[in-house]
Amino acid sequence: MGPIKKIAYNCRKATFLIEKQQISSITLREKIELKIHLAGCSICKIFQTQSILINKMVGKHLADQHKDLILDNDFKDQMQQKINEKLHKN
Amino acid sequence: MTSNTVAFVKENTTDPENWVENYADYLFRYAVTRLNDPEQCRDLVQETFLAGLEKLGGFKGASSEKTWLTSILKNKIIDIYRKKSSGLSINSETEDADYEQQDFFDAADGHWNVRHQPREFGVEYQDHLVSKEFQGILQQCMQKLPALWFAVFSMKHLDEEATEFICTELKLSASNFWVIIHRTKVSLRSCLQKNWL
Repeated sequence: MGPIKKIAYNCRKATFLIEKQQISSITLREKIELKIHLAGCSICKIFQTQSILINKMVGKHLADQHKDLILDNDFKDQMQQKINEKLHKN
Repeated sequence: MTSNTVAFVKENTTDPENWVENYADYLFRYAVTRLNDPEQCRDLVQETFLAGLEKLGGFKGASSEKTWLTSILKNKIIDIYRKKSSGLSINSETEDADYEQQDFFDAADGHWNVRHQPREFGVEYQDHLVSKEFQGILQQCMQKLPALWFAVFSMKHLDEEATEFICTELKLSASNFWVIIHRTKVSLRSCLQKNWL
């Protein structure tokens, strides 16, 4: 099997390149190989769309998940007390 | 407080007597997002403040007090990532072996194994915020990742750290880094599909 044909049938390699491309750069050759693969592989195209979506969501929304989370007041009071003690000791 | 400390505090606009009120919840949320262990994160917030007091002299006022405290916390989080993942190579046995050993692709030809073939989620083309429920599942799936994978993934995608920085901090070779990035995404996507569809 020639190299082009190999990538054309290799979803593992294609998804690897999809990941690498989002973070860093891939070579021109790799770009061509990936294009050829994606032209013929609708499954990896779905993967690519979803992979981009996941990255966006992690960056934008994950921090929001805990936006209502707070520390309880007793713990806060104790913590501030420790800080004050240490501050005034110096 | 000695007069020297008072002068210092004024000059550099640090205000430790209000640190808890001003930053405790923020730092707590920052830590929980990255470690998901509220108990441990509580302690980490306290350690951050105490370390901050030790380093007051190092605060130059170049960044805001909040940014400065956050960077102290961030270093502590990376320490924990390092501890959690040290000794675990990507092939070693871990409690997460299930996750790591799933065969997403055919060993011989690299095709998707049918069980893991991506199918559409039905949310791909929504422009607006993807539903809370979907985000919740994503988060649960992230928590199931092996420690080292989670560390790499969140440093890259949540904190947008440079690849070289992540490799140095977590003692990874570049090729290991890419293998982890790839496996993490394939696993995470598969977990989303399993729990969402």
